[in-house]
Amino acid sequence: MEVLQTFVSGIAQGCIYGLIALGFVLIYKATETVSFAQGELMMLGGFAGLALTTVLGLPFWAALPIVVVAMAGFGIGLERVALRPVLGQPTFAVVMLTIGISYMARGAITMVPSIGTDTHRLAVPYKDEVLRLGGMVLAVEQLAVIVATALLCGLLYLLFSRSRIGIAMQASSQNQLAAYYMGIPVQRLNGLVWGLAAAVAAVAGLLLAPITFVHANMGFIGLKAFPAAVVGGFGSLPGAIVGGLLVGLVEAFAGFYLPEGLKDIAAYVVVLVMLVIKPNGLFGEKTLKKV
Amino acid sequence: MRFTFKTSYDQDIALAKHGGHRFWYGALLLALLAAPWWLGNYGLAQLSFMLIYSIVGLGLMLLAGYTGLFSIGHAAFLGAGAYVEAKLAAAGVPFPVSVSCAALLSAAVGVVVGLPALRVKGIYLGIATLAFGLIVEEVFARWEGVTGGNAGLSVAGLQIFGWRADSAASFYFVCLACTVLATLGVLNLLRAPVGRAFVAIRDSEISAQSMGIRLAYYKTLAFAVSAALAGIGGALYAHQIRFISPDQFGIVQSIDLLLMVVIGGLGSIHGVFLGAIFLIAMPQAIAAVKDLLPAAIGQAPGLQAFVYGAVLVAFVLFEPYGLYGRWVKVRTWLQMFPFYRRGMFARQKSFQKSERVR
Repeated sequence: MEVLQTFVSGIAQGCIYGLIALGFVLIYKATETVSFAQGELMMLGGFAGLALTTVLGLPFWAALPIVVVAMAGFGIGLERVALRPVLGQPTFAVVMLTIGISYMARGAITMVPSIGTDTHRLAVPYKDEVLRLGGMVLAVEQLAVIVATALLCGLLYLLFSRSRIGIAMQASSQNQLAAYYMGIPVQRLNGLVWGLAAAVAAVAGLLLAPITFVHANMGFIGLKAFPAAVVGGFGSLPGAIVGGLLVGLVEAFAGFYLPEGLKDIAAYVVVLVMLVIKPNGLFGEKTLKKV
Repeated sequence: MRFTFKTSYDQDIALAKHGGHRFWYGALLLALLAAPWWLGNYGLAQLSFMLIYSIVGLGLMLLAGYTGLFSIGHAAFLGAGAYVEAKLAAAGVPFPVSVSCAALLSAAVGVVVGLPALRVKGIYLGIATLAFGLIVEEVFARWEGVTGGNAGLSVAGLQIFGWRADSAASFYFVCLACTVLATLGVLNLLRAPVGRAFVAIRDSEISAQSMGIRLAYYKTLAFAVSAALAGIGGALYAHQIRFISPDQFGIVQSIDLLLMVVIGGLGSIHGVFLGAIFLIAMPQAIAAVKDLLPAAIGQAPGLQAFVYGAVLVAFVLFEPYGLYGRWVKVRTWLQMFPFYRRGMFARQKSFQKSERVR
């Protein structure tokens, strides 16, 4: 029974990693660069939720869509202001840029009075409720994470397979120049991709907030999502979720069975092993590079 | 612009291109040698820090700026050097021996990291080094028998065959000597075939390979040399700080180092020193400005992180060549005064180049 319990909490934690990794993958597919600010976008989402529920006193279910839409707007704005000027420059420029943005986000949040470096609780309606399932005790917060992740994946699947925007995104991620010649507004799509990534990160932040606390350094969990993205293969959306689940499970079981301290580095050991065995990840795609 | 007409191949690879170089670098060295007479102990300590960071920066610049391999876990090498030095100094080993051991061990660790780096590149390499750095930090924290764990480890003073470098001035001279040696070493490496191979790999791996450069060998070598320099820097760092703990060698330190070479200017040795000056001067500047700001902003703990981030973003957006690039632009403007054109240093943009195969 304990194994099953560990399994469920691993899955729930893995879903969070997977959601952040989804952001990496979306951005990687569209622009071949990696955003190191994904964890901080999640943190901002958590704080936006906190502000709406405590300062404005909105119920959680009303705050959720507002936060997601606002963060999507923030992502689009970020792309327009900071990232479009470095489009077409080496990957490394974008990496440094997003590291800078994440520093700024962390610094800015701690500068807000009455937030500072404290930890805060996000009040959610399903707080502290448990579900008993044949001797197993499941926290509703964890179930919420799993269900919401599944829903979000379904929505993204529909977006990419059915909608015109999704198909245009796929086209531009395969070949920007050809897509541009076909009349697809590649730059605007890149903005939308950043918006989508920020929205997914905001959902992750709101889901994670009840499990842990909301604080300025919660974005560091984004570092755990890199292993998830690499294990799944950096260019694959289902891979991000699978990688996230795998990393979450490895971490949960390492915390349960292995000596203390290995839990925190289990994910990184997994990523190093993965890079040595199969550098392209489980669902990765091969790339060719012209000289 | 100063034109030197080259009449022999030796002039192409000469360390000093013309008499002006010799004069100004000589003057700089004299000023640095005279520093203890015009700087107080605090200033000397800051200057020593700057020199230590430039040694580490030289290594990272060799790796990132010249070989094109980015490491987001470089603090691990710094830490390896620092712990080896702390252990050996406590055992009474003279500095020249212990610093060599620190460099060698760091280089060995660098080779271990370099080997997986042969298979991955670009962002995957960044993540591999990030993972490695985080694992090493955890090892420092958990291996309590050797590293003292999170409680840290105090470091004995620096001694060279009985001579103790206890005062700020004598330690500063040791740092200066190490920095000059490291700089000359790296400059010479860069004008040797090895350095040219590094640059070729940075510019295009496939072209380099087709010219007969052994990618595996040179990439591993780049990691080893870079890690060795970081190890030397780490050894000096341990003596400077006198107390080391795992959190000094974490991801934040790694990113600080990366920030240093990027802000200094990737692909230039001058950039290392400008970046190191920046890294040391920045907290001081922030502390000086703090009191002028309204209390709510000035006393906030996040101010420094915010300013760091803003500076980094501004550099990537407006001055991708870093401080050294800015200096080159200013110098060119002065020298070519009426004929300077805005587009002279413009970067070419390109569409997404790689073609993914399903």
